[in-house]
Amino acid sequence: MSQMLSTNAQAKPAPSGQRDIAGDWSSDQEVFKATHWGKAMMWIFLLSDTFIFSCFLTSYMTMRSSVTEPWPNASEVFALTIAGQAIPLILIAIMTFVLISSSGTMAMAVNFGYRRDRRKTALLMLVTALLGATFVGMQAFEWTKLIHEGVRPWGNPMGAAQFGASFFMITGFHGLHVSAGVIMLLIIASKVARGHYDARGDYSAVEIAGLYWHFVDLVWVFIFAFFYLW
Amino acid sequence: MNHAPQATRHDIAGNDAHATGQHHPIGVYLKVWAYLFVLSAMSYLVDYFAVQGIMRWLLIITFMLLKAGLIVAIFMHMAWERLSLVYAILVPPLCLATLVGLMLIESRYTFWTRILFLDFGG
Repeated sequence: MSQMLSTNAQAKPAPSGQRDIAGDWSSDQEVFKATHWGKAMMWIFLLSDTFIFSCFLTSYMTMRSSVTEPWPNASEVFALTIAGQAIPLILIAIMTFVLISSSGTMAMAVNFGYRRDRRKTALLMLVTALLGATFVGMQAFEWTKLIHEGVRPWGNPMGAAQFGASFFMITGFHGLHVSAGVIMLLIIASKVARGHYDARGDYSAVEIAGLYWHFVDLVWVFIFAFFYLW
Repeated sequence: MNHAPQATRHDIAGNDAHATGQHHPIGVYLKVWAYLFVLSAMSYLVDYFAVQGIMRWLLIITFMLLKAGLIVAIFMHMAWERLSLVYAILVPPLCLATLVGLMLIESRYTFWTRILFLDFGG
């Protein structure tokens, strides 16, 4: 069988990528047979989430480019005074680094999961959850600060009224995703620590959780660029 | 439905070695992590040094796309997935360009309506 297939492949050197796609989509019943089904489903969920966040960012773009009042300067709004000096956007920069670091530890947790290293996987997932919780904490601080400065979904003292609505909606929804991710990470990490996945020898759950977590980081990349830096 | 990834005929050719799991050296992730740090720092510096105009947009978008690409390709393992999954996930979001284009036209219309008929937007 394998002999026959390999001689067939030699006879017709079609690009292997195209052949794979044609083979998968004409496959009986299921397209993503060669992929872990949970992973394929997580990707499809993330695709739908991509559309949700894109709708938020697109409506933010629509509001921002249709206002006649000046848009508040994010660089000043999100500045912090440290040691008597106002540093622009510093809190957001720290939050970005925290979230990227959590993505890094998560990627390593997935890697150690596939090496069947239970202790390191659980530990790295805990670190990831901790960094995620730190991120949410800093976001709560940021929200509190802005609310004290009089920013509301319907108006603010700095400029265009739509600023508050976009800010609370976009960062709020993202923060909700991070919070849900922290809970999910803690659940999976405790299962890893208890040896739940060793029984079946299948650590895919760690990678699937990782996909969600990296997606949260990915969304932040776009929010950081469009909302805070633009 | 709850099946383990099945071997396909491409396993024979050896170009689907990752069906059972991802085995990459840790160094790959540390390197990408470092790149993401540097790119984030650079996009922060765009704001810190108050770069303005076309240059600001160009730099922000470039750093953003590089970061997004690294996360999706390496951290989310897209670089090693089967092409049918890669296309099923990455092609649909291209529709969003249409939405963005339409809403940009709409927002220009709203803007000029406010300027011309609503007393310069109040």
